[in-house]
Amino acid sequence: MPRILNHAPWLVLAVLGAFALGTVALARGETINALWLVVAAVCTYLVSYRYYSLFIATRVMRLDPARPTPAMRHNDGLDYVPTNQYVLFGHHFAAIAGAGPLVGPVLAAQMGYLPGMLWILAGVVVAGAVQDFMILFVSMRRDGRSLGELIKAELGDIPGVIALFGTFMIMVIILAVLALVVVKALTNSPWGFFTVAATVPIALFMGVYMRFLRPGRIGEISVVGFFLLIAAILLGGQVAQSETWAPVFTLTGIQITWILIGYGFVASVLPVWLLLAPRDYLSTFLKVGTIVMLALCILLVAPPMKMPSVTRFVDGTGPVWSGSLFPFLFITIACGAVSGFHALISSGTTPKMVENELHTRFIGYGGMLTESFVAVMALVAASCIEPGIYFAMNSPPALLGTTAESAAQVINNWGFVITPEMITRTAQDVGEVSILSRAGGAPTLAVGMAQIFSELFGGKGMMAFWYHFAILFEALFILTAVDAGTRAGRFMLQDLLGVFFKPLQRTASWAGNLIATGLCVAAWGYILYQGVVDPLGGINTFWPLFGISNQMLAGIALILATVVLFRMKRERYAWVTMVPAAWLLICTLTAGVQKVFHSNPAIGFLAHAERFSTAANEGRLLAPATSMEQMRQVIFNDYLDAALASLFVLVVLAVLLFGIQSCLKALRSDRPTTREIPTGGATARAGD
Amino acid sequence: MSGLKSNLSRFRGYFEQTAKLMIGVPDYDTYLEHMRTRHPDQPAMTYTEFLDNRLQARYGAGKAGCC
Repeated sequence: MPRILNHAPWLVLAVLGAFALGTVALARGETINALWLVVAAVCTYLVSYRYYSLFIATRVMRLDPARPTPAMRHNDGLDYVPTNQYVLFGHHFAAIAGAGPLVGPVLAAQMGYLPGMLWILAGVVVAGAVQDFMILFVSMRRDGRSLGELIKAELGDIPGVIALFGTFMIMVIILAVLALVVVKALTNSPWGFFTVAATVPIALFMGVYMRFLRPGRIGEISVVGFFLLIAAILLGGQVAQSETWAPVFTLTGIQITWILIGYGFVASVLPVWLLLAPRDYLSTFLKVGTIVMLALCILLVAPPMKMPSVTRFVDGTGPVWSGSLFPFLFITIACGAVSGFHALISSGTTPKMVENELHTRFIGYGGMLTESFVAVMALVAASCIEPGIYFAMNSPPALLGTTAESAAQVINNWGFVITPEMITRTAQDVGEVSILSRAGGAPTLAVGMAQIFSELFGGKGMMAFWYHFAILFEALFILTAVDAGTRAGRFMLQDLLGVFFKPLQRTASWAGNLIATGLCVAAWGYILYQGVVDPLGGINTFWPLFGISNQMLAGIALILATVVLFRMKRERYAWVTMVPAAWLLICTLTAGVQKVFHSNPAIGFLAHAERFSTAANEGRLLAPATSMEQMRQVIFNDYLDAALASLFVLVVLAVLLFGIQSCLKALRSDRPTTREIPTGGATARAGD
Repeated sequence: MSGLKSNLSRFRGYFEQTAKLMIGVPDYDTYLEHMRTRHPDQPAMTYTEFLDNRLQARYGAGKAGCC
């Protein structure tokens, strides 16, 4: 009897969660409060953590608190340090939380908040948190090895190289798309551009301060940096109003693109202490602080959800991104539901610092649940602004035109009430000239956050400040990701190219360094440029490509986890990873094939190329091309994008085949064939 | 009273440790303790050397960004 009583509070939570979710799902026509979503999410997280993650920990993995972790065996006070689980949770969360969970749900809101909400909750419980937890476990049992090394060890050398190559391509796409978000937010926005540009001298000052003036005072300089950022936001407001300075900082998308490309190149060859590290400190603290603040503000303000729970765009005709609910919703929201990039983090520094095997449940599964909550908050912020404003901000100029009047007319035709005055007033409230066609999530989220924050602090007068605070917060960590990513991409590329030409491999050589950096920047810069000149707004085309690649990486990670379970002879529990892997493969392969072959030019790259070829042959020009040469460029890009999408599909299919092969081989064996470090193996190291 | 005070300072310690580990800097005291007990024959790095070492480890070869 007492055992049953133990479950009583959890039963109450489950019922409460089901009731909240029912309220969210069944609301038709009437506006519901955002708190219902928060309650539904939190109850789902708590119950799934209590039961499902415990099941995985005890039955599937059989975590053993007595087994020495890598931190215990190789303790060196630097890379391998047994660390308190709450401290390590903070580190892990800061590493996995980025722009992904903030952007995806905002874009998904075009279908209403309900489809996105359901996928975030179901996805994280069954797929995302399971992946993070499993990879953390697999890596921890193998001395904290990286995902590439793990795939090599468990599936074989060839799939290992394929997966590494896939990871590099994914990184190029992610950098281009993230940079595109920044360009969309800063185009023709002197306030935003000035503030973000000011972070560079601020970071340089912090770097010099920490290096020469007061070495090692991280806390002190971070506080100084934070106040300088606030000053930059306030000064940006003055700049935007100044007749002399506003035009200097008013730049077109193409100008900002070239500045970003140049910046990415310079920033990733400078010494890390000068620019990258100090800005990383600022962006990490600002990111975590803002997420906590947003959570508190949503609880206190309890905003109503103005977006309908389901919009007419579930049929796939939406203006923000093209494609129907299945499969495209499931790749639009990646981080927050399931993200392949987390597999890289879970096999990075975290497994080397775990103090006790049992802690991985809280860090791996719990960390991802927290990230999912960030995605729910982003969905709330995007859904509590007027739907008309949402579509004005996220639809491409090809549909809206470039004036508030034309935009309002188009959006009214879609069935969302909006007047040109509402659009211009919102732009004035947030201190911008125009809010039209700022797709990419960041500006929409900034308007939502500004609305929520300003209800608590400062009222309408502070809205412009909060809007630019939110833009700064996102741009800051996206830029950090861009130069850290360019750096990482450079090392990967030097490794890959070094196979053909040895001298390139020396990461300390200036020539090899500059060539690899140049190639890496050129790769993402090229895609970024295409996105900026795209009349459909770029995000429309490239976010799905990013989603496909990221979810495919998750599929690869889950295939790896499945193979490991088979090799541990725990195949009766392999459904834990096989079910989410199968779902991800179904979604991503369908989406990948549709992106290449779909007959609608807005979705299929080949159909788009076909449309431009036909026009070119008839001597007609189609926007954005203004010359025949540009027409040929568009066609070439379409084939390039189609090749990229096909490549991702092939990479995943190859890993799937190798995975099935490894599982069958493990089934035939009568004993475990996994390559874990043995229980008492204080000195044994796998593979050595 | 002293119990509360020591609890507070322990909490502050954890807070500081978490913030530092978020940016890739592990606890320096733990490192010193490790060097003292396990490698008493080797000199430990100074705090600035330690920070520099961690900086290279965080942004050096083979590190990926976040999503």
